[in-house]
Amino acid sequence: MALLEAADVVAGYGETDILHGVSITVDDGEIVTIIGPNGCGKSTLMKTLAGLVKVRSGAIRFQEEDISGAPPERVVGKGLCYVPQSANIFASLSIRENLEMGAFLRKDDYRGRINDMFDLFPDLAQSPGRQAHTLSGGQRQMLAIARALMLDPSLLLLDEPSAGLSPAMLNLVFERIVDINATGVAMLLVEHNAREALGMSSRGYVLVNGENRLEDSGPELLNNPEISRLYLGGR
Amino acid sequence: MTAQWRNITRSLPRLPQWWTPLHTTAAIVIIVLVLGILPVFKMGLVVNGVFLGGIIALGAIGLSLVFGILKFANIAHGDYMITGAYVAFFFIDSFLPLLGIEGQGLGPFTFGYPLLIALPFGAAAGALTAIVLDVLIYRRLRERGANAAVLAMTSLGLAIALRGLVQIIWGVQVLGYPRESRQVFHLPLDVRIPPDSIFVAAVAIMLVVSVYLLLTRTKMGKAMRATADNPDLALVTGINTQRVIWTTWAIGGGLAAIAGVLLAVSQAQLIPFMGWKFLIPLFAAVILGGIGNPYGALVGAFIIGVVSEVSTQWINPSYKPAVAFAIMIVMLLFRPRGLFGGSG
Repeated sequence: MALLEAADVVAGYGETDILHGVSITVDDGEIVTIIGPNGCGKSTLMKTLAGLVKVRSGAIRFQEEDISGAPPERVVGKGLCYVPQSANIFASLSIRENLEMGAFLRKDDYRGRINDMFDLFPDLAQSPGRQAHTLSGGQRQMLAIARALMLDPSLLLLDEPSAGLSPAMLNLVFERIVDINATGVAMLLVEHNAREALGMSSRGYVLVNGENRLEDSGPELLNNPEISRLYLGGR
Repeated sequence: MTAQWRNITRSLPRLPQWWTPLHTTAAIVIIVLVLGILPVFKMGLVVNGVFLGGIIALGAIGLSLVFGILKFANIAHGDYMITGAYVAFFFIDSFLPLLGIEGQGLGPFTFGYPLLIALPFGAAAGALTAIVLDVLIYRRLRERGANAAVLAMTSLGLAIALRGLVQIIWGVQVLGYPRESRQVFHLPLDVRIPPDSIFVAAVAIMLVVSVYLLLTRTKMGKAMRATADNPDLALVTGINTQRVIWTTWAIGGGLAAIAGVLLAVSQAQLIPFMGWKFLIPLFAAVILGGIGNPYGALVGAFIIGVVSEVSTQWINPSYKPAVAFAIMIVMLLFRPRGLFGGSG
């Protein structure tokens, strides 16, 4: 059963459509990566799934329920949490406050969940009162992911989690993504480091000009000579 | 010139980690008091400036919060002040006497205890006005994607309309809360403090501390800061931004209304144009502190209050708003993000 199913989604800003009928599915517990050239609509697709960009036609179903056109706070409440590529933390709030905001929709006691996040990302536990804008790029990314995990989502949308990170930090973030996935959280990933991302994904999509170009398992996409030449930097 | 100035400010020593806006406020208050002891300034003017600063602060904090969340300059803020002040007047003058609640000269103060009863009603009126106008007007404009200029112009129209409404209901003549004359307190260094100023200061301090606690300790307060910081992220985090906006309006409108009552008490009169005239010190304080930064607005308010009072030692008191205006212009020229940086 598909956890998330987007069918023929058309969406865009102002007069222009960016997505011209994109279809993807994510099953329970999967990691799915979307790759494609710059400007192909990867980020727009993420925003559309999160409810920030209006769906013009097509449908998005999450856990069997139609969420196309639902406002972001309803989408989040259903357990589909989104980590934007940039400006993905509340810079003027402390680490702890960022996590508290992540739990905004929770009515129960979420302190245990904050401690779970500190266990997952020990860097954040060192000084929870620190203002988020003083964090390094990698720590910011961790905080952004931890914030989105506060609601115990069943699907996490990650837009370029490795953007601007050092290679060491990149490996750490990817390791955490696999760890989080192992706890049963499905992931939909947009990633520039396509080789690494596809390596840990069960499936991948290639998006070109706002349309599906190709869909295959992660290893198959890695071995596809054309994909390799076009999007994985040769070899 | 500005680049030079930026280099100078960057080379200043960094503040320690534990330094909070409250420390800045305390430091500035101490500096002002020390300056006041110097023979250059009359201490009495400095003290009066601090009291005036308290009233400006109540208005400016609300204005800054609203700017932080909604990203536009609410020109009607001064008229939210008089709306509250006139509603309080209605309670003191008409409604409470019907219930047999009348009285003058509470303790050392010029006003009677009915003012204490009317004050929360005035605040509620200010908050309600702000929320109703958001539901009727601003929310619709936001949904249509109106930009900051459209929203600001709308608030200009609302300012005029609100003032017109007040003039229709209560007339254009000078009114005032019933008052009894009282002895001013004489302190050393030729400081004379009208007893009402003590009340003004007490209310201002109480409210500023409450707002600080609200913003730093409550879930809604933190959500307000989060929304001001990053509205899109607040949306996808699941924060109910519409409720955040209404809370912000309620706090902004309520604080403005109380500032209006306190202004009417300390000036011993109530005029429809009072709020409009008060916009200049309000905006000067907000810009001085960094637009959208409520702590900055607090500090800015005290600076504007003290500087414009002290300036009356050399220039005609009717130029007080001009002094605030001059500070605002200098600030915009050399440090447009304000003393403490803003979100704007």
